[in-house]
Amino acid sequence: MSGLEQDAEDLYENAPCGYVSTLPDGTIIRINGTLLTWLGYTRDDLVGRRRFADLLTVGGRIYHETHYAPLLAMQGSISGIALELRAADGAKLPVLVSSTVKDTKVIRTVVFDARDRRTYEQELLRARRQAERLAGTLQQTLLPPSLADVPGLRIASHYHPASTDQVGGDFYDLFPLADDRWAFFLGDVSGKGAAAAVVTSLTRYTMRASAVHNPDPVAVLRDLNAVLNREYAGADRRFATVLTGLLVPDGDGFAVTMATGGHPPALLISADGSAEYQHIPGGQLVGPLRDAHFASIDLRLRPGDTLLLYTDGLTEARTAHGRYNEQALREYVLTRELTTAPALVEELTRLLAGFGEGLDDDTALLALSVPPA
Amino acid sequence: MDVRTRNNVVVTGREDGPALLLAHGFGCDQNLWRLVTPILAERFRVVLFDYVGSGRSDLTAWRPQRYSRLDGYAEDVLEICRALDLRDVVFVGHSVSAMVGVLATIAEPDRFAKLVLVTPSPRYVDDGDYRGGFSQADIDELLESLESNYLGWSAAMAPVIMGNPDRPELGRELQNAFCRTDPAIARVFARTTFLADNRADLPKVPVPTLAIECAQDVIAPPEVGRYVCDQIPGCRLVTLDATGHCPQLSAPEATAEAIAGFVES
Repeated sequence: MSGLEQDAEDLYENAPCGYVSTLPDGTIIRINGTLLTWLGYTRDDLVGRRRFADLLTVGGRIYHETHYAPLLAMQGSISGIALELRAADGAKLPVLVSSTVKDTKVIRTVVFDARDRRTYEQELLRARRQAERLAGTLQQTLLPPSLADVPGLRIASHYHPASTDQVGGDFYDLFPLADDRWAFFLGDVSGKGAAAAVVTSLTRYTMRASAVHNPDPVAVLRDLNAVLNREYAGADRRFATVLTGLLVPDGDGFAVTMATGGHPPALLISADGSAEYQHIPGGQLVGPLRDAHFASIDLRLRPGDTLLLYTDGLTEARTAHGRYNEQALREYVLTRELTTAPALVEELTRLLAGFGEGLDDDTALLALSVPPA
Repeated sequence: MDVRTRNNVVVTGREDGPALLLAHGFGCDQNLWRLVTPILAERFRVVLFDYVGSGRSDLTAWRPQRYSRLDGYAEDVLEICRALDLRDVVFVGHSVSAMVGVLATIAEPDRFAKLVLVTPSPRYVDDGDYRGGFSQADIDELLESLESNYLGWSAAMAPVIMGNPDRPELGRELQNAFCRTDPAIARVFARTTFLADNRADLPKVPVPTLAIECAQDVIAPPEVGRYVCDQIPGCRLVTLDATGHCPQLSAPEATAEAIAGFVES
C-alpha cells in the first residue's frame, strides 16, 4: 500500500490544496502545481517575480497588510483566514489561507478552495438577514410606534432586543384615556420567540382595552390576569410581570397610581437628588393564579422628578462582578444627576451597550419626568 | 471614566526620558509596537495606548459620530496627553495614526515637540494628479466587502485563527491577546481611514517631522511618503529597506533607530 504514496514531490505538486512559500518580504519562492492551475499562471510568472499579496484582490490585500501579516509576525502562525485570490484571467477565487513562519523566516502558506463554503456562507447570511427582517417587523407591531404626548410631562423609552432574529417578550405603552388622564404600562412575558410574541400582543391589547373601561391599575391587572389564566390554562403556562399606572395632572406635577403584578419596582429619582425604589408589597405574577392579588400605591411626580420603569434584562445583566442589580442601578443613577427622562434613558442606553454580551435578555425602559420648575 | 482605563494606557521605559506616544493604526492595537518598545524604552519614556474601539479600550465609550472622523481619534490623543500631563511629547503615529498626529499637533502645537509619521498616507484614493495607490473602485470594493463580511472581518475571524471553531472561547482569548476587533467598529474605522483626505492639513504641521516609509508598501506606496514630506515644512524622509505596511514588525531595529535618532537630533 505504502508504495502508492511514496513520491513526496508528487504529493506536494498535486495536493488537493495550494502550497506557496514566500520570503519575509512576501516574494514567492516556491508554489505547487495545484495553485498554479487555480490561478492560471505558470511558475515562471510568479516565482521570484511576484509577492503573495499581489495575488489577492484589493480588499484582500489591505486585509493582508493590516491584519494577516501583522498577526503572522506576532504569532508565528495564522490559520483559516478567508481571502480572495485574483486569477490571471481576473476571476476571483475565494480561499481559506493558513501560514506558518519557519526558523529560516520563510513563510509557508496553504490555500484551500473555499468556493462552496463561500456560497454556503452567503446563503446563511441571506437567510439570517431575512429572519432579522421578519423579527424586526414583528417586533415593531408589539411596540408602540410613538408614545402619546402628555402636556407637562417628558417621556422617553428604549427597547433593546436580546437578539436580532428573535422576537422579545418585553413591552410598554403610554396612551390617553378620557378626561385628561393617561395610562402607562411596562412588562415582560415569560419566554421568547413567536410564542411569547402572541402573549405580548394579547397582553397589550387587553390592557389598553381594560384601562379605557376602568382606569384603576389594579382592575387592569385583574382583567389581564383573568385573560392570561383562561387562555393559557393548559400545559402551555404563560405569565407576565407588569407595572401599570394612571397619570392625572395635579398642580405643577402629576398624581400617579401605580400597581404591580410581580414586576421589579420603579425607581423614583427626585428633584432633591435622592433615588428610591417604589416598592408595592403584595403584587403577584399575572396569569398563573386564578385569584391573584394585586396592589397599588399613590405617589406624586413633582417638577424635577423622574420615574423609571425597566425590565429585569437591565438588573440581571451579567457583569465582571456578577449580576448587575437594583442597588447598582440606583447608585449609577445617583452619581449622574439626570433630571430629565430623555437624558436618563440616553444614559441607560449607553449602560446597556456597555454590558455587551452580558446583556442576554430583552430590556425595556420607560421614563417619565416633570420638567424642573 | 478615567482616560487611562478608557484607552488602556501603558507607560514604560525611562521615567526621566523624553516622552514618546506610540499610536497604532487601523487593524490592530498597541501590540503592533511590541518589538520596538523594548528598544525605545532604554532611552525614552514610552506611552502606549489603544484608541477607543480597539484592543483593550473601553468599548462602551465608543461613539459612531466621534470615531467617524479622524478628529475624534485626535481628541483621544489630546485627552491622553492631558490626563498624563505629557509635555514636549514626540508623537509616533503608524498608518492612519500619522494623520491623527498631524491633526493633534495642529490642534495643540505647544503640547508636542516632534512628530514621527510611520508609513503615512494623507489620502488613499487617487485624485487627479495625486496618486494615493487606490482607485475609488478599489476602496468601494473594500468597503463593500467589509459590509458583507465575506473577508472575515467579523467575530468569526477569531475562532478560525485558532482553528477551533467548536471551542469559541479559545478564539476569544486569542482575540483579546492581540488584535481584538468588534466588526461593527472595524467597519467604521475602515471607512474613516480609507475615505479620509488630510492633504490640506500637511502644510500646517507646526513641529519638526520625520516620515518613515518602507521600500515596498502596497498600502502607502513610496510616492505617497514623498508627497507627505514635500508638503510638511522641514520634513525629513527615511526609506527603510523593508517590505509591508508595518516596519515596526518587519524591521523593528531599523524603525526604532530611525525614531531614536530623530528624537535625539
